[in-house]
Amino acid sequence: MADRLAGNRYETDEEESHIHLDQDLARTTGCARRLVAICPAKVYAEEADGTISVEYAACFECGACAAVAEPGVLTWRYPRGGMGISLREG
Amino acid sequence: MTTEAVEPDFDVIVVGAGVAGCVTAYRLAEAGRSVVLIERGEAPGSKNLSGGVLYSRVMEEVFPDFLTQAPVERRITRNYVQFLNGTSSVGIDYQDSRLSDPVNAVTVLRARLDAWLGERCEEAGVFLMPGVRVDEVLTEDGKVVGVRAGDDELRAHVVVAADGVNSFLARAAGLRPQEPTNHLALGVKAVVSLPAATIEERFHCAGDEGVAYAVVGDCTLGIGGGGFLYTNRDSISVGVVLRLDDLVAKGVPSSEVFEHFLTHPFVAPLLAGGEVSEYASHLVAEGGLDMVREITTDGMVVVGDAAGLTLNTGLTVRGMDLATASGIAAATGIEAALAAGDTSKAGLAGYRTALTASFAGQDMQTYAKAPAFLERERMYEQYGSLLADIMYGAFNHDLRPRRHLRDVAKRAFKRSPVRLRDLFSDGLAGVRAL
Repeated sequence: MADRLAGNRYETDEEESHIHLDQDLARTTGCARRLVAICPAKVYAEEADGTISVEYAACFECGACAAVAEPGVLTWRYPRGGMGISLREG
Repeated sequence: MTTEAVEPDFDVIVVGAGVAGCVTAYRLAEAGRSVVLIERGEAPGSKNLSGGVLYSRVMEEVFPDFLTQAPVERRITRNYVQFLNGTSSVGIDYQDSRLSDPVNAVTVLRARLDAWLGERCEEAGVFLMPGVRVDEVLTEDGKVVGVRAGDDELRAHVVVAADGVNSFLARAAGLRPQEPTNHLALGVKAVVSLPAATIEERFHCAGDEGVAYAVVGDCTLGIGGGGFLYTNRDSISVGVVLRLDDLVAKGVPSSEVFEHFLTHPFVAPLLAGGEVSEYASHLVAEGGLDMVREITTDGMVVVGDAAGLTLNTGLTVRGMDLATASGIAAATGIEAALAAGDTSKAGLAGYRTALTASFAGQDMQTYAKAPAFLERERMYEQYGSLLADIMYGAFNHDLRPRRHLRDVAKRAFKRSPVRLRDLFSDGLAGVRAL
């Protein structure tokens, strides 16, 4: 996957993530596997302790995760202006 | 401060510099209106992703020199529709020089196309604000009066939500609910660089002619959706589009489906030697007419993907031409509303009237049943195998006496899980829907 992303250009917002995940709700709704599977950029990963890590810097900003997550699990918005992925082909 | 006391900064605020937003802004600026075009990307196009085929005639209505001046990649003169199975493939190869004159469709890369559209807008007098994320719409007494971006507020008579398939603006204004997942598909795409000469040789196209592959079957591991492969000048756009409800139900990682398509033995040779220059994803509105809801409210209109204006007819997948048409219609409606001094929902009704009368509105109506038809499971696995089995029976000369093609088909059909009533029902539904 790292290979696939190698050609992409990002302007990462080091100060804030545009994705916030409610770990408790994610656990009780059991939507971890769904989030991990849906994201083609592999932003989400299940950690050994059962939490879900969010590598927001890799995000393509498509919104698929937010569309399939149980309500309330994700607070997902676009990165701040000029930040995030910057497509050169599109 | 009363509403009357606040003089709007612009006649119109357009949020999102994609195809729909740029066309709306350009048309209104041409008509002499003051327009600001706000884009969250560092430049128009830097957040925008399409499969890549634009049915371009409508764009020529806006920019008569579009085909010679815009950064188009190749003219599509060959359409390849393919049922792809694990170890077999049956396709229709449609090549026609009539598709080249007049030009019917072109491949585009949005980072280049939208940058060009943004420049045309600026030339026409649009004030372009890139690198700005709009955080919310401003409303007063239920009417949209502007937008807020960070600490800044901008006011206008009309706000145009051209902020794409996830349209936060349309949702905030109450025009869209959270979309059901069968109305959305995930497009996963790579751009693979290859020399122009290699592309021309591999795909049998000369000069600036190009090919569009529409693939169904094993390319998506049986998940509702399809694969695509489009030739650009010196790269190939290749990817899969997967219906979200089915993708979630089957639980397969989207990246795995994408890799499966790219490494399929019938696809990999087309990409051999190429470098992935970009890999990204985008949601696609697949709900058809059901997804197009209210597109106007007091002080605001919704255009393009934000309005759910995309069409999958099975053979063609369209979005950018409908976005263009909606931009033209929105500009017409807004101009009339501004001229009449009434930008309420009733005053902006000319947009829907113009859209409904356009080819875009009529096509959405014509293909209203297409999404339900394309949700039929058999399309994505069984028909491809059945077709290949019939062809195998016809071509496989195993020294047994030959049978009439009718009997070969009958036998293949008997072995297939497809039943006669399925074929009949799907056939009828297909004829009605498409």
